[in-house]
Amino acid sequence: MSGGEALSWLLVVPLLAAIATLLAPGRWRGWGSLAALPLLWLAFTPVLAAFLHQGTLTTPLGGWSPPLGIALIGDGLALGLVGLTLGVFSLCALFAAADPDPEDHSHLWPLAWFLIAALNGIWLSGDVFNLYVGLELLGLAAVGLVALKGSAEALAAAMRYLLAALLGSLAYLIGVALLYAAAGSLALADLAQLDGGDTTVRVALALMAVGLMLKTALFPLHGWLPAAHGGALPAVSALLSALVVKASFIILLRLWLALDADPLAVVAAQAIGLLGAGAVFWGGWMAWRQARLKYLVAYSTVAQIGYLFLFFPLITGTGTDAARLAWDGTLLMLFAHALAKAGMFLAAGNLVRAVGSAQIADLAGVGRFRPLSLLSFGIAGVSIMGLPPSGGFTAKWLLLQSALASGQWPWLIVLMGGGLLSAVYVFKVLRHAFVEGPTRDTFRSPPTAAELAALTLALSSLVLGVAAHGLLALMRPDALSAVLEGAG
Amino acid sequence: MSGWSPVNAWLPLIVVGTSLVAAAGIFLLKEHRHGLRTVFNLSAAVIKLGLVIWMALGVLDEVAFETRYVLVDGVSFILRADPLGIMFTGLSSLLWLFTTIYAIGYLEDAPNRSRFFGFFSLCVASTVGIALAGNLFTFFLFYELLTLSTYPLVVHRGTEKAMRAGKVYLAYTLGGGAVLLLGVAGLHALVGEIEFAAGAGLRDLDTALNPVLTLIFVLLVIGLGVKAALLPLHGWLPTAMVAPAPVSALLHAVAVVKAGAFGIVRVVYDVFGIEFTWQLGLLQPLAWLACATILYGSIRALWQTDLKRRLAYSTISQVSYIVLGTALFGPVGTVGGLVHLLHQGLMKITLFFCAGNYAETLGVHRIDELDGTGRRMPATSVAFTLGAFGMIGVPPLAGFVTKWYLGIGALDTGMAWVIAVLVASSLLNAAYFLPILHRIWFRPQRAPWPDEHFRDCRDTHPWLLLPTLATATFSLAAGLLAGMPFSPLYWAEVVVLREYLP
Repeated sequence: MSGGEALSWLLVVPLLAAIATLLAPGRWRGWGSLAALPLLWLAFTPVLAAFLHQGTLTTPLGGWSPPLGIALIGDGLALGLVGLTLGVFSLCALFAAADPDPEDHSHLWPLAWFLIAALNGIWLSGDVFNLYVGLELLGLAAVGLVALKGSAEALAAAMRYLLAALLGSLAYLIGVALLYAAAGSLALADLAQLDGGDTTVRVALALMAVGLMLKTALFPLHGWLPAAHGGALPAVSALLSALVVKASFIILLRLWLALDADPLAVVAAQAIGLLGAGAVFWGGWMAWRQARLKYLVAYSTVAQIGYLFLFFPLITGTGTDAARLAWDGTLLMLFAHALAKAGMFLAAGNLVRAVGSAQIADLAGVGRFRPLSLLSFGIAGVSIMGLPPSGGFTAKWLLLQSALASGQWPWLIVLMGGGLLSAVYVFKVLRHAFVEGPTRDTFRSPPTAAELAALTLALSSLVLGVAAHGLLALMRPDALSAVLEGAG
Repeated sequence: MSGWSPVNAWLPLIVVGTSLVAAAGIFLLKEHRHGLRTVFNLSAAVIKLGLVIWMALGVLDEVAFETRYVLVDGVSFILRADPLGIMFTGLSSLLWLFTTIYAIGYLEDAPNRSRFFGFFSLCVASTVGIALAGNLFTFFLFYELLTLSTYPLVVHRGTEKAMRAGKVYLAYTLGGGAVLLLGVAGLHALVGEIEFAAGAGLRDLDTALNPVLTLIFVLLVIGLGVKAALLPLHGWLPTAMVAPAPVSALLHAVAVVKAGAFGIVRVVYDVFGIEFTWQLGLLQPLAWLACATILYGSIRALWQTDLKRRLAYSTISQVSYIVLGTALFGPVGTVGGLVHLLHQGLMKITLFFCAGNYAETLGVHRIDELDGTGRRMPATSVAFTLGAFGMIGVPPLAGFVTKWYLGIGALDTGMAWVIAVLVASSLLNAAYFLPILHRIWFRPQRAPWPDEHFRDCRDTHPWLLLPTLATATFSLAAGLLAGMPFSPLYWAEVVVLREYLP
């Protein structure tokens, strides 16, 4: 089996696992899923090996090559993201399987497997319609996961999320239809031949961009996110914040790189960057204002997403150096945030379980009783704050260098100010946890496996800060070279 | 022992790593594993000190110790042992050993000891990383790690007051860190990666860039000045005195403030180069700032009634001697500044140990409660007296050596007014230390001790007393034996000869 054919197994394994867990009785689903995880890694290993050996992999599904058929494309970016997905999902699954929650949440498993299938599909897709299918499946699985808790609050959050997701997909789908009318092809690679100044293309792109921003929860379209991410089960929140919002971002990024430069693109990029800046400050401010721990972490996601969108002003119409730094910095930010935020949500879940309350003010004394969970939260916080040594810091450094190289001073303020603001809300949690006061003595212990899952994710976000060189080199795409030539 | 070997390429990383491994091990220990934690702590400190001595001897023989790898494109992670770095590393690892012993005695039966010692080790790892960093990026990495790992120690007691102090501490240090990052990133964008080396390539740049370079210098000094407690960025230091005594002793007398002062030395000598800094006209303002801080700290110290707070203001004043020495354009002044990096560390840690001894043994915190302590705690009081006389600069103690070199250096540079500042500062030092000594030795005890412990010890608990006496002895020896090989003065001269007088 060649590496290219192995690509499809990255979709088949999670789909099979989803169906199997759906059919299995509830109590078998968690442990069965853990048993299926090695299969997923087993499918990934030959793909990675083949990629390192021969470069980008392509599989025409069913033997039909594009533009008639649809293809899976495993470039460096896609495989990096698949690896990230597998890593985060494995630890979240460990956390969820170890969860002693008395309520039955076993529907989590089939939904989570569908989610993983959708994510892998999105990472590996090379055409805009496949991406739409992936987005739709992803949205439905994510909404199902949010609704899992069954409380009135969870259902309301899921309903809002569903509306946002559907609206976003709809806007995206209209854009796809318009693009097809203009280009006669759905493959990303063919879109480059489109005339960037064409009105149809502009409208199509604008619709797709707005739809994707809604799904990524970019300020001011973030309203659905805090309740959905803050109210879900910890493992679900972790998956949603770490991976799901990134999917629509990556689609936008791929579209942006695929399309030929439009004279209006610079203006659009600056506007998107401004929204990103708004997200950084508004998300940070709202995170600080929260009284509930998981809502604080959810608003932190709103803020961190803002950094990702600085990609557009930093890469559009700037020089080669700035563009390369922006690419590296944005992807590193995405990876660091995924690992740190997943770790932070899991740690927050452990802390909430330990004190039996969702309120930050009730954390007093938890530092003494669950030091490991608090430490995981703090370590993840280091990366979220963008302080060294962490992936978040190295990413911030690259973005700073990119902003300096392209002479775009205002983004410096966003990067620095956002970092300080995030320190304010992260330390708000730590401060409450360090208080030694009238201590409570009724702490519950989260399972060791759950604590270790959080710690592993948090630590890996630190390690990423000093070991990113190889990963970034792997993910630097041919598409970027094309953009750089255009810019140069 | 010469040339390059694989071991030498790893040694700097291993020296930093010993404390990291110790920290990880201690974090994983259960709270009640007192004995095992002590073994961990002490063996890590002893191993580290041994490795540092080994490296120091190698550096004298001009052996290269360097760890480096590419972090991301255009940025390297570099740890390297040069004479200046080894000087600071040696100081930190020596004092870490003593402070660890002291802290074990001090925190007996206190809660959260695993957390305390874990972060304590992390602090030392950061300090050594700062000392051995081979470029600004690596320096910044450890500089911020130091901020993060000291916060839990400042708020260690978990009281309302400690939390407030922690907030102030973070506001200053994270804000300073952000400014420093701007400076580091700006310089990197301008000239690419710069490794620490005397007379770095900045002066060959287009003179049109001078205003930008001046701005970057100012950003760097502000960022570093927060930790060095330069006026007006010193506000966090007295507040942070709520931390336990070992924290005040090691961190606020040595690690944190020194990290700032050391950074300024690096920026002036190894990034901009002293001559180029002079050409930019930045040395003079730096000297004024240092002098203002020296006088301000001493004057504020006069009015403090709390012993630790008075020592804190004294630290603000004394650390600026290092900055002053750096700002004097000439080799002798440089020697004065560098030697004070070590001298101030030895003397101030002794004084803080003593303050901790008084507080732990007798419950004495305020200066007016010190009456008659000399009789109850003679050994501690002798140590305190040595430290205080050293700070005043009484010959032949360590502080005198510093002030002597600074004075000569100032005359060499034609900045005679600095002498006046030194004299005024010495008078002020005397004015705030002598009344304390008077109370300790010549006044009778006024009232029962506020909170007496260790009644069966002649002075105080041996774990507290031994480190105090050891550092007092070192600070005495540093002055008396200043002319001998391996004294602080010897090292300072090696640094200056090797690096700045090629």
